[in-house]
Amino acid sequence: MVKKILPVALGAALGVAGIAGAQAGTLDDVKARGELHCAVSTGLAGFSYTDADGEYQGFDVDYCRALAAAVLGDGSKVKFTPTTGKTRFTALASGEVDVLSRNTTWTFSRDADLKFTFAGVAYYDGQGFMVPKALGVESALQLDGATVCIQTGTTTELNLADFFRANNMSYEPVPIETNTEARQNYLAEACDVYTTDASGLAASRATFENPDDHIVLPEIISKEPLGPLVRHGDEQWSDIARWVLNALVIAEEKGITAANADDMAANSKDPEVLRLLGTSGELGAMIGLDKDYALKAIKAGGNYGEIFERNLGENTKIGLARGLNAQWTQGGLLYAQPYR
Amino acid sequence: MSVTTPIGGEEQRFSIGMLWTDTRYRSTTIQIIALFLVMIAVGFFLQNIYLNLQALGKDFRFDFLFDPASYDINQRLIEYDSQSPHWKAAVVGILNTLLVAFLGCITATIIGVLAGVLRLSKNWVVAKLMTVYIEGVRNVPVLLQILLLYSVFIEVLPKPKKAEPMLDGMLVATNRGFYIPSMVLESGAGVVLGVFALSLIGIVFFRRHARKVQEQTGKVLPVALVSLGLFVLPALLAFFAMGQPIGLENPELKGFNFKGGVHMRNSLVALWLALSIYTGAFIAEVVRAGIQAISKGQSEAAFALGLRPGRTMRLVILPQALRIIIPPTISNFLNLTKNSSLAIAVGYMDATGTLGGITLNQTGREMECILLLMAFYLITSLTISGVMNKYNDMVKLKER
Repeated sequence: MVKKILPVALGAALGVAGIAGAQAGTLDDVKARGELHCAVSTGLAGFSYTDADGEYQGFDVDYCRALAAAVLGDGSKVKFTPTTGKTRFTALASGEVDVLSRNTTWTFSRDADLKFTFAGVAYYDGQGFMVPKALGVESALQLDGATVCIQTGTTTELNLADFFRANNMSYEPVPIETNTEARQNYLAEACDVYTTDASGLAASRATFENPDDHIVLPEIISKEPLGPLVRHGDEQWSDIARWVLNALVIAEEKGITAANADDMAANSKDPEVLRLLGTSGELGAMIGLDKDYALKAIKAGGNYGEIFERNLGENTKIGLARGLNAQWTQGGLLYAQPYR
Repeated sequence: MSVTTPIGGEEQRFSIGMLWTDTRYRSTTIQIIALFLVMIAVGFFLQNIYLNLQALGKDFRFDFLFDPASYDINQRLIEYDSQSPHWKAAVVGILNTLLVAFLGCITATIIGVLAGVLRLSKNWVVAKLMTVYIEGVRNVPVLLQILLLYSVFIEVLPKPKKAEPMLDGMLVATNRGFYIPSMVLESGAGVVLGVFALSLIGIVFFRRHARKVQEQTGKVLPVALVSLGLFVLPALLAFFAMGQPIGLENPELKGFNFKGGVHMRNSLVALWLALSIYTGAFIAEVVRAGIQAISKGQSEAAFALGLRPGRTMRLVILPQALRIIIPPTISNFLNLTKNSSLAIAVGYMDATGTLGGITLNQTGREMECILLLMAFYLITSLTISGVMNKYNDMVKLKER
């Protein structure tokens, strides 16, 4: 079995890499193709999942749609590729996808050694623990000897090892491939604890039959800045990825929404709004896009705040507060670079 | 008359065209051309790798193997923690692969031989049951069987807090795995083990002696009885003489999980059982084919000589059937070993899970990890088939 799979996989990786190596202009490729290839997760409520109609929905998905709208003028021209924690980097590095928007933590080695460029932080997260209430555990420090379900190929795996080691506790890791399998194991109580990013825990819990039977422990044991990423070496494309994200954040700061964007573009008095929406200046051309690319991106799914509220916010089943992900003016960490 | 010109002599001048037209050179020419083509293909792939790694800004080196792995592995046969280097994580995974392959090959053989023989049974129900087992299992992908067993284990078996120890506390089945007692060796245990080893050697010698006696005098010694006695009695005497130095530690519920004893995780058990049952079905067919290939005259001749059915099977049928059975069984062992790489589906940390999984993912060294992994599977497979071929040489027809 393996002897058959591996050479094929290797050959495929090399073959695709052959294409990837030859292309520098991701933007031109996307335009020529007329479709953006975007890697998302295999299913995590709120971030990327398929709804009853089979349409992809979620926070990570909406970023891809905004990017497609900015580049191609149409937010629906995206091909989504579901990836696991293990397959995501290969998918991006091999050129199978143009952008990876799959709640991926920005770390030094991923940036420097895996040769990726992070477009920015879309969601400030941290790793937490979820346990059934019946267990009577109130703090992560009471988890000595517990069996912990963990998604393999993620930073959470490493944080978990560090946390238990630092606190001189033992644990039994149960490595799991996808969020769905983790859910199955956790609900069958094949593990006592499920650990992943706190947002992911909230999202998983929202899909349980009895969400109130489970609690997320107060300890957050790591910083997990999640964001979209692209390959190293194509500066134009990474600039586009970065500034589409920034445009969504600036739009919220300036009060531009999907509904009023056209109106703001025509009537706003704020020069930065006019620059962003392309009414004045030719800033879009500097990254190879139309001058109104940000306007299209915002109209695709709204500004950052709208995307957040629709997918993760307090009125959804997931019910996450903005917390660290509020604008810097609201006490959060969202702080887009000036648009000039 | 004149002397015959020696072939290829000076008169027949060598010309380039002869490389193709002359049958003496043609095969060499073709082989050299083929070799060149292969080398060009290999060179193309190597250059492709080199160029693409360069384009991605990646180099090709193995020093990541000495960095701390930073992740934990639940099942480890050797000392390992998250600060151990990546190579050690790979070794843990490799040992786990070898463990499940070893256990799997043994149980698959047992299941296969039993099912293969029983499928030939004259008892209609037994024979049909075995047919259902073989045809059912053989035609369903092994990955589904692994997942099915694992799901059954985690959904059906009780949680640790509700698990009831069975067999006087010796066995606990939970949805996290099975716990069996572990052996505790105290001082004096060495003597008992030594006596046991000596009695094993004694059994071997007695069997040789018995065979010699039978060949020389025709007298049949009670081999089975004496062997059993040698197997049990001296070790038992030593055990009590030394004051029972070998004890069993039963698993006990402490905190979240059972502690003490040996923890056989669901992932291991599910993988092991599924691989054994799946490969066992193939081996059963091989065994059946081997037995049916022996002509009926052989057993009739043996019966005519007065051999009982058991001896007929052991002394006449099986030695001949083994010649047919062993070569395809080797490939089934190899298949089992390679199929064990499906382990990740149930979270069993084999070589594919550590070296080809977490290490690959955390370091981003796809090329290096996959090459190492391929080398490992290649070496393992070659070793298994080497050993089995040796055994095959022992049983195969000796032609003089």
